[in-house]
Amino acid sequence: MRPFVYQRASDAPSAIQNLATATAANNVLTEASAQPLAGGTTLIDLMKLDVMRPKAVVDINPLAASWSNVSLDDDNLRLGALARMSDVAANPEIQQHYPVIADTLKLAASPQLRNMASLGGNVLQRTRCSYFRDVSYHNCNKRNPGSGCAALEGFNRSHAVLGTSEQCIATYPGDFAQALMALDATVEITGRSGVRKIRFSDLHKRPGESPQAETTLSPGELISAFLIPGPWPRSVYLKVRDRQSYEFALASAAVALDLQDEVMRDARIALGGVAAVPWRAREAEAILKGQKFDDALIDRAADAAFADARPHRHNVFKVALGKRVISRALHQAATMEI
Amino acid sequence: MSITAPEPKANMGQPIPRYDAAAKVTGKAQYAADVPLVNPAYACLVTSSIAKGRIDGFDMTAAKQVRGVIDIVTHENAEQLKEAKLFSNGGYAGTTIQPLKSADVAHTGQIVAVVVAETFEAAQQAAYAMKVNYTAAMPSATFDSAGTTSAPAKGQLAQFKEDPKVGDFAKAFNDAEIKVSAAYETPPQHHNPMELFATSCVWLGDSLTIYEPSQYVYGLKNGVAEQLGIDADKVRVINAYVGGAFGSKGSMTPRTAIIASIARRLGRPVKLVATRAQGFTIATFRAETRHEIQIGARRDGHLTALRHESWEVSSRPDPYAVGGTKTTTRLYACPNIESRVSIVRADRNTPGFMRSPPEVPYMFALESAMDELAVALNMDPVELRRVNDTAKEPISGKPYTSRSLMACYDQGARAFEWEKRSPQPKSMTEGDWLIGYGCATSCYPTQMAPAAARVRLQRDGRVRVEIAGQEIGNGAYTVIGQAAAEKLGVPVEKVSVFIGDSDLPPAPVAGGSNSTASTCSTVIKVCEQVRQKLFEALTSNESLTNEAKGTVGMGQTPSTPSASNDRPLDLERAFDALGVSVVEEYGEWKPEGAPMDSFQAMYKGQVRMVGGSEMKDKIAYAFGAEFVEVRVNKWTHEIRVPRLVGAFAAGHIMNPRTARSQLMGGLIWGMSSALHEATELDERYARYVNDNLADYLVPVNADVSDVDVILVAEQDDHINPAGVKGIGELGNVGTNAAVCNAIFHATGQRLRKLPVRLEKLEI
Repeated sequence: MRPFVYQRASDAPSAIQNLATATAANNVLTEASAQPLAGGTTLIDLMKLDVMRPKAVVDINPLAASWSNVSLDDDNLRLGALARMSDVAANPEIQQHYPVIADTLKLAASPQLRNMASLGGNVLQRTRCSYFRDVSYHNCNKRNPGSGCAALEGFNRSHAVLGTSEQCIATYPGDFAQALMALDATVEITGRSGVRKIRFSDLHKRPGESPQAETTLSPGELISAFLIPGPWPRSVYLKVRDRQSYEFALASAAVALDLQDEVMRDARIALGGVAAVPWRAREAEAILKGQKFDDALIDRAADAAFADARPHRHNVFKVALGKRVISRALHQAATMEI
Repeated sequence: MSITAPEPKANMGQPIPRYDAAAKVTGKAQYAADVPLVNPAYACLVTSSIAKGRIDGFDMTAAKQVRGVIDIVTHENAEQLKEAKLFSNGGYAGTTIQPLKSADVAHTGQIVAVVVAETFEAAQQAAYAMKVNYTAAMPSATFDSAGTTSAPAKGQLAQFKEDPKVGDFAKAFNDAEIKVSAAYETPPQHHNPMELFATSCVWLGDSLTIYEPSQYVYGLKNGVAEQLGIDADKVRVINAYVGGAFGSKGSMTPRTAIIASIARRLGRPVKLVATRAQGFTIATFRAETRHEIQIGARRDGHLTALRHESWEVSSRPDPYAVGGTKTTTRLYACPNIESRVSIVRADRNTPGFMRSPPEVPYMFALESAMDELAVALNMDPVELRRVNDTAKEPISGKPYTSRSLMACYDQGARAFEWEKRSPQPKSMTEGDWLIGYGCATSCYPTQMAPAAARVRLQRDGRVRVEIAGQEIGNGAYTVIGQAAAEKLGVPVEKVSVFIGDSDLPPAPVAGGSNSTASTCSTVIKVCEQVRQKLFEALTSNESLTNEAKGTVGMGQTPSTPSASNDRPLDLERAFDALGVSVVEEYGEWKPEGAPMDSFQAMYKGQVRMVGGSEMKDKIAYAFGAEFVEVRVNKWTHEIRVPRLVGAFAAGHIMNPRTARSQLMGGLIWGMSSALHEATELDERYARYVNDNLADYLVPVNADVSDVDVILVAEQDDHINPAGVKGIGELGNVGTNAAVCNAIFHATGQRLRKLPVRLEKLEI
């Protein structure tokens, strides 16, 4: 790890001020010279690997008093960005009314990490691409813009098949984000000029020509909360991985259904482990919406979700697996006892 | 799964708790890197990002500007150390590739510079700031890569003695009623012990003390002395505990002499803790292997022909091979056998021992092929093993000293409820899950090596045992203490055990599962010397009756009487007769058949291992039978292992509690070897991609629900005084085959290439 200045924020304005001042010169937020520290489970890890080299780390944990509340009223869920993953996963109301949220949190990482990690930090978790995480590879467009992508022709079993570009095929690694995608969550962002709200689906940027730019956050902006309409009692998260716990998804699906008399009045599908960013399978949803729950229809929807998939040498299997995961998750949701 | 210690059966010791358990779980146990040093400098390694080529130069400007940097050592300014010879060719080292010797790069992750600083943080920061300029050449990564070369192992490697052969394989296979031919493959794997590769070197005058996790303190001491060109008596290696090793800490790595040399040059202690990723390339690993197996059999299951040909990857300069055909050609009765092992050289670091080095890959091939044969014969796989069980190995007809393979199968099958298996693949299901049962044979050679020990007995019954063995998690402290307590007839609480220090009497490498057999046999012998001394004192005292001499107890009666002086002694009378308060004996022990130079070699840190298939008139192996239940999700193809059952027979079990833990860990490792562990190569660069514990998968608790270990009683009086067969490497042999055999039973699909990943299933 390289030396850095540690600043402990006393309140939101001072944290934002510190972050904004230090990062003003840098328009790529993830490489900004000042980084907020919440649970630290990604940031500290990447600093140890020399991937992230902030000059200053602003500890925002003192804001937890106001930014870690969880409240459910008028069918809307508000999750403070500094709430810990384990606390939210264990919340009985969330388990009952938004099981997909509790599932995505419970199936992520390990208990130790979930006890530390904040929700806001979790959605900003950076990719697990081995070539990104090892600085001895020069060719990583995310780390060294314009240097190429070692994963394209390298070992790319865990890489994405959706939403990638010729510049980057790294997978977005998170689980919780898929629940937020599926449920049309809103992100509350606090910055110098106050609070703004955006759709969660507008938070992450596809790699395109600039994989180094991962989000639409501006310097000095912090996620302060997530707002999720609902409830979605008929919702599940299915995560398929190489071992049963403490492992990232090979393919996963967050699914929510509004099912009445076997008709899907609404169907929501978001995919993890297969895409460059949190991924909503809108084409699949369109096929299902208003239709009767039916195996052939579900197969058609799953096919549609992966119609634009672009696999590489070692991740061809993710297309077939991803489709099966959609199908199984929909079946699980449809047969839930609620 | 029961968590209580197993009850001892016939020929088993007491299941006492581990001697070091409380120290370990409370964090009191001091590992090498925990030892506090006075005014240390901290070293960080810079390793190469290319696998083949030359270093053109370094840009150290930024690194040198880091405050606290003391020295940056490269091939341009390093002390030229003496060459290190390969362990498997009679030397001490795991590789002959010596970094910091020239500008040449022989593999990825080779040490190219060492940064030394006042703090760990400064050393690391400067290491990050180092720029190394290379001229890279195209490396050959693995099998089938352009530029690799292949040659028979025989003749290249002292450790590999023969390609076993008997009868006329070609004719017998041609004539066989039933034939199986198949090719198998195992991946590279890394040991990944929890404890990283750490080294601290402290000079006091011309004496060097090294704190380093090692499976062989005596080998390391002598190896480092040779490289530094100093007297081995001036080098001391200390490690009270080793935080996992699995073979990776058995032979010397280049780092130790390098750090010692830097500490000498700086005139202050230097401490290195290499990173997890560096551990993948600065030490050894299990190389990838390929196998072709042909089996011919009669319709009744009897083998008539067996051929096992294998290829293993090694580095350019070093002809390392594990060569498991010495085991696989001797396991089952068969009159016509042929085998061959070849070494394929690539631009990689030199591979080395990893838990059950020959048996894990080679038994995967044989035990998978045996299952394929059982399918071809429409025969129960357990019965196929029974039909081909043998009391004599088929290559030269030597008898097994003991062999309880079928007792293991029978007891294991009963516990597993194997009879509930319906033989047809895909015939057992539950909901979305296809269920499969598989089994395989486990075996490991029984090996011993010379050792020495010092035992001190006090009048109050307290005992001090000194032997330079190693506690690598194997329970060495515990069983050595038990051996002494039993022999001297004192409670085990009165015995203090000192190991992990090369100033103690020499013991062999804690590898090849020889440790318990060698150290306990030696301690038993030296305890006998102590008893002899006391007994002589008593018997020369004519005022005592014979009854008093022989039967007045000093505690419990030794449980394994074997020498004439094994009767209980009256300690106080014996010490009175001697006129002293302490008796101390030093003794050496070597196994039957050990070469003439065994003891001289022992003091030089060279092992003369005896046993397995390499004894003159007999062959000694421990055996086991392993049963696995897998469940394969028919939609997602996820593979689950709800049950593992292993039954093992290994002569005298010193301690059923520690034995069960060893075997349980082995079974889980074996499963991991099939389903999880594989080091992925980026063949373009000959680099390891998943060189960290997040991406190099090992099982978590959720991956295996129920592990049942059955200790099968066995007595073997033809191996060593302790009657012990090693078990450290028994549990994880064959498990990989049992898993794949179970997957075949569940799905009808045969997987011949490890690791199994869900995308390989096409159901």
